[in-house]
Amino acid sequence: MENISKEKLVQMLERMWLIRHFEVRVMEVHAAGEFTGAAHPYIGEEAVAVGACAALEDTDYIAGNHRSHGHPLAKGGDVKRAMAELYGRVDGYCKGKGGSMHLADFSIGILGESGIVASSVPVAIGAALAAKIKGEDFVSMVFFGDGASNQGACHESMNLAALWNLPVIFLCENNQFAVTTSYKDSVSVEHISDRASAYNMPGVLVDGQDAVAMYEATREAVNRGRAGEGPTLIEALTYRYEEHSLGLGRVRRGEYRTEEQINEWRERDPIDVLEHTLTTQGILTREECDAISKAKEAEVEEAVEFARNSPYPEPEELFDDMWADPIPAP
Amino acid sequence: MASNTIYVEAINQAIMEEMERDENVFIMGEDIRRSVYGATAGLLNQFGEKRVLDTPLSENGFFGAAIGASLVGMRPIVETLTSFMWVAMDQLVSQAAKMRYMFGGQATLPVVYRATMFYGGGSAAHHSDRSYPMFMNMPGFKILVPATPRDAKGLLKTAIRDDDPCIVFEDGTLGGATGDVEAGEAALVPFGVADIARVGTDVTIVAIAGAVPMALRAAEELEAEGISAEVIDPRTLVPLDKAAILESVAKTGRLVIADPAHKVCSAASEIASIVSQEGFWDLQAPIMKVAAEQVHIPYTPVLERLVYPSSDKIGDAVRATLED
Repeated sequence: MENISKEKLVQMLERMWLIRHFEVRVMEVHAAGEFTGAAHPYIGEEAVAVGACAALEDTDYIAGNHRSHGHPLAKGGDVKRAMAELYGRVDGYCKGKGGSMHLADFSIGILGESGIVASSVPVAIGAALAAKIKGEDFVSMVFFGDGASNQGACHESMNLAALWNLPVIFLCENNQFAVTTSYKDSVSVEHISDRASAYNMPGVLVDGQDAVAMYEATREAVNRGRAGEGPTLIEALTYRYEEHSLGLGRVRRGEYRTEEQINEWRERDPIDVLEHTLTTQGILTREECDAISKAKEAEVEEAVEFARNSPYPEPEELFDDMWADPIPAP
Repeated sequence: MASNTIYVEAINQAIMEEMERDENVFIMGEDIRRSVYGATAGLLNQFGEKRVLDTPLSENGFFGAAIGASLVGMRPIVETLTSFMWVAMDQLVSQAAKMRYMFGGQATLPVVYRATMFYGGGSAAHHSDRSYPMFMNMPGFKILVPATPRDAKGLLKTAIRDDDPCIVFEDGTLGGATGDVEAGEAALVPFGVADIARVGTDVTIVAIAGAVPMALRAAEELEAEGISAEVIDPRTLVPLDKAAILESVAKTGRLVIADPAHKVCSAASEIASIVSQEGFWDLQAPIMKVAAEQVHIPYTPVLERLVYPSSDKIGDAVRATLED
């Protein structure tokens, strides 16, 4: 705690509230039919991305997954462009071509979210490989879930990163379930972080509801990476409050968790945890915390208005962005 | 100009020259430091371990790492065999092909996959893939099929400088083929410009990769029968020089397509479709496809040789287009 500036702590709370209000509003406008398609709420997991990204610079890279709104907003992404992308509009991050699962902002190191689980893990180690070849000190961090941790891409990447001593942070967001399957039914070890020893790298188990703990663990991993000491696997224990994805509401499925379990996790809500820390340490008052929440709620509402007013792409834009060195369409 | 350069040496020269020219170019693959397949000889000594990376057997991992490195300013070359691309299909399809478009043009991926096609030599079903049609079906790759040492060098050099994902399908049946190659800038071969490998007037043979020398052999045999065949090597399938093909068909009125890949949804199918739609009124005979039979590659040579195009099959197809 003593090594974190007040500004950083306040910014962390701001970004957590931004993500929370963003997701709540996304659920509302999606339910109202303002846009279609899948969207995967990050509510309950905000401390993971925010704490981790607080340890990065703009020149560091992140890549993410289908639960895709929290990561870019945590790294300082533009809430208006993110919302406009969900609305499929030209002012969106991807001009409406990517949507919810493919937010990206290359100008601040957000190399994009990926709809295929574990697919961005090899990509992220590649950015770190570039750091090594160029002799530069940026690091690369990849967010993936407990489900993705079982993919071959993940294991291949961990072996490569450890073998080549790459500055990568493998950030496993263990939110307990891959859709409905508990990690306890799909992971052969007690903790995913235990797998790190198989790749000869440090594995750290962190309370993913505690943004400060996330920041501290990630900062240590980042320092290792910058110092040329190689990758780290961080497993953040967290919880997804909502269902796997919006747009699946009509699907009948077996129960896989209890209200009791959801309520247990809600009792350690990541925003409550950080606000408790900040208020008991005298960094912010209760009123200041509430003011941050209100300000972020208003920022999200502005983003919704911005998205609603942004035009859809024109038909002529269908073929744009296929090629860097363009060729004729067949 | 150097004459009698071997196809694999031409590839080696392209890599050498481009790594010399641009320090962001690096190469990775299995057993490349010891140059098991010949194309990477001397690179380790010249450029050192940082830029010449031997990889573990983890295609999905290192194909993807090449993508990530390319996103942040490097120009990776990945050496592989076509048959190992299946293991890395998620990275190729979900990331390399799609990233630029789905991120609204933010991503630039100057990555080159060099995939050798070892077929026709008893390698059996798991090691004989000619998979370029599958990648033609997926928007996002530039697809190169060099049939000569000159094009193997020139297209690879252009690919390394290109800002989009490129796959070079290097034809293992041509690995020992010799020919003239240029050095430096003069060696560059542009994408989307077909090579008219032989000029003729009676029939157009479009031939792909290893089928080019077969088509040239067939054309020589046909000449003895008084049939003048034009042989066109597209050199790149994406982009495809359809104007060159359509112009030739406008002249000859007949089209045979020789393609070592499986015949269904093949490059040959696509070329036939283009000509039937855009060159229909020039045609005086049905278009003939001479492509690989729709069967897996059998090990035993007596069966394997039945699968692919041959100069005899091409010659027969040409004669069929000339029947009344």
